[in-house]
Amino acid sequence: MTLVIPLFRAREVTSMAEESEDTCAANKAGGVTKMQKTSDMEEREVGPWIEVKVLFFARARELTGLTDISLLMPPQSTARDCMSKLLNNFPKLEEIYNSMVLALNEEYVPESTVLRNRDELAIIPPISGG
Amino acid sequence: MDSGIVNGGASSDDILREIERLEAEKKEIENRILLLQAQLNNKTAPDACRKEDDTDRFPRPLVNSLRNGEVSGEGLSADMIYRYSRHLLLPDFGVEGQLKLLKSSILVVGAGGLGSPVALYLASCGVGCLGIVDDDMVELNNLHRQIIHAEAYVGKLKVKSAAAACRAINSSIKLVEHREALKAVNALDIVSKLLKLKRYDVVVDATDNLPSRYMINDCCVLLGKPLISGAALGLEGQLTVHHHNGGPCYRCLFPTPPPTAACQRCSDSGVLGVVPGVIGCLQALEAIKVATAVGEPLSGRMLLFDALSSRIRIVRHLVKMRGRSSHCVVCGENAAFTQQNFQNFDYECFTQSPMSDRSSPKLKLVPESARISSKEYKELVDKHEPHVLLDVRPAHHFKISAIPGSVNIPLSILEDKLPTIDLALREAGQVSGKHASLYVVCRRGNDSQRAVQYLNGNGFPLAKDLIGGLESWAQDVDRTFPIY
Repeated sequence: MTLVIPLFRAREVTSMAEESEDTCAANKAGGVTKMQKTSDMEEREVGPWIEVKVLFFARARELTGLTDISLLMPPQSTARDCMSKLLNNFPKLEEIYNSMVLALNEEYVPESTVLRNRDELAIIPPISGG
Repeated sequence: MDSGIVNGGASSDDILREIERLEAEKKEIENRILLLQAQLNNKTAPDACRKEDDTDRFPRPLVNSLRNGEVSGEGLSADMIYRYSRHLLLPDFGVEGQLKLLKSSILVVGAGGLGSPVALYLASCGVGCLGIVDDDMVELNNLHRQIIHAEAYVGKLKVKSAAAACRAINSSIKLVEHREALKAVNALDIVSKLLKLKRYDVVVDATDNLPSRYMINDCCVLLGKPLISGAALGLEGQLTVHHHNGGPCYRCLFPTPPPTAACQRCSDSGVLGVVPGVIGCLQALEAIKVATAVGEPLSGRMLLFDALSSRIRIVRHLVKMRGRSSHCVVCGENAAFTQQNFQNFDYECFTQSPMSDRSSPKLKLVPESARISSKEYKELVDKHEPHVLLDVRPAHHFKISAIPGSVNIPLSILEDKLPTIDLALREAGQVSGKHASLYVVCRRGNDSQRAVQYLNGNGFPLAKDLIGGLESWAQDVDRTFPIY
């Protein structure tokens, strides 16, 4: 199950971009249009926007109903910004927010880590069964 | 059975005794065969090796005059060389690795889905002393994944069954059965005071619950033992080596336990049998690597197994970070966690979840007036009282088994389905011309109370909960009703 950012998220990005000084409207519009055309991350050009693939594991998978999702984030976004966005879209994730590890490109990271384009952020809550 | 010894009328106990006797006989014969094979091998090995390649030969000085099963500082006995020959042939493991393994003692906590392959592999591979802790009984619904247990042991202690299976594979290792649950009060003793001052070198966490995981971690940190921690649920598994060579511990990764709802058990969420098997095998592998100091253990890294996509990922600490959390309350730089603290620590309270399924508390959310026993419900059915029985379990549970005539509306979508309930009640009432009552059932009687609580406040003030759910229906009314 892979979910590509729905239209409202693109709009959200646009509105956030308006507040951002270093982004021009042309880039924004380009990014949004291309995103609707294709779901292939590799082929997409998002201008100064960064695209982050979020992987859900264990309980996070159950709570979101997804194994992964692609997020479009303003430049200089941190893992924490990404989490805020996810919590906004999937309020149920609050349940595991305090007891999970974040891994960026398969390395544990603190929430303050700045993300780059095409980063892969994994949300890993503990499993306890056996 | 055409055996003259066990006839059709023999009791299960008789059959078990007979099996045990035959097993013992079989073991005796197998030992004799092994010994003879080893002798034969010693006689023919030098010739055979010369024909192939001289460098491949076992180093001769290691074959000494030790008796069956014995191991000394200098080497392995002839039958051990034969038994573990495939290990000895591995250049990275070899005689040194096998000798270290034979001198090591490993404690496996839990003889369930994870513990089954762990114990079987550690026993077959020749761990010198294998301890198994568990106080649970084998149940029929364990057997699809807990491959160490056989049908004959259903209703018997898991630790006894597991030890018997291990002995049947390798009678030359020492097996210690700890027939109790590992708890904060006994863990330090069990892990550190094995027979004759010998202690366990490595601990394997093969438990199935959160409080045990924190407790075993803390115990290992206090005693300085490496911990091989595995977990499996549904179609996913996790594996890490904790507190090894200065690496992080379980609490460094997860300082705050998740809420109860986030940590489900196999008995609630289900698990595909092979998944804990895969993780258990990897745990055995890591335990062997740690015990023999061979290879690079999974310390400071976590292996994530996703059975659905056949994918294994390994998440690691940043190279520049040491991995261990300096703020960790048990292994951090300023940690002041003592053995005394440990023994008094309430892990069930800390994690808000019980160590054992058996001690799961029964919820009491609704007043007695809004509840009905399964026997009372049966009487109402027999009297043909018009009613609707609402089953609030998830749809895939409902497919397993259900009381005939019950209507399935899962708790998660109850809010949107109130008109459906209303309609069902009216239809049930129309037939008899009387007002139909509403009863709610689930698997164990917890979700049904949550549903009744909601229904009572949302237009169905007379809805009642069937106490104890389908489990109580199966126990008190219909013994043939399938439970799961």
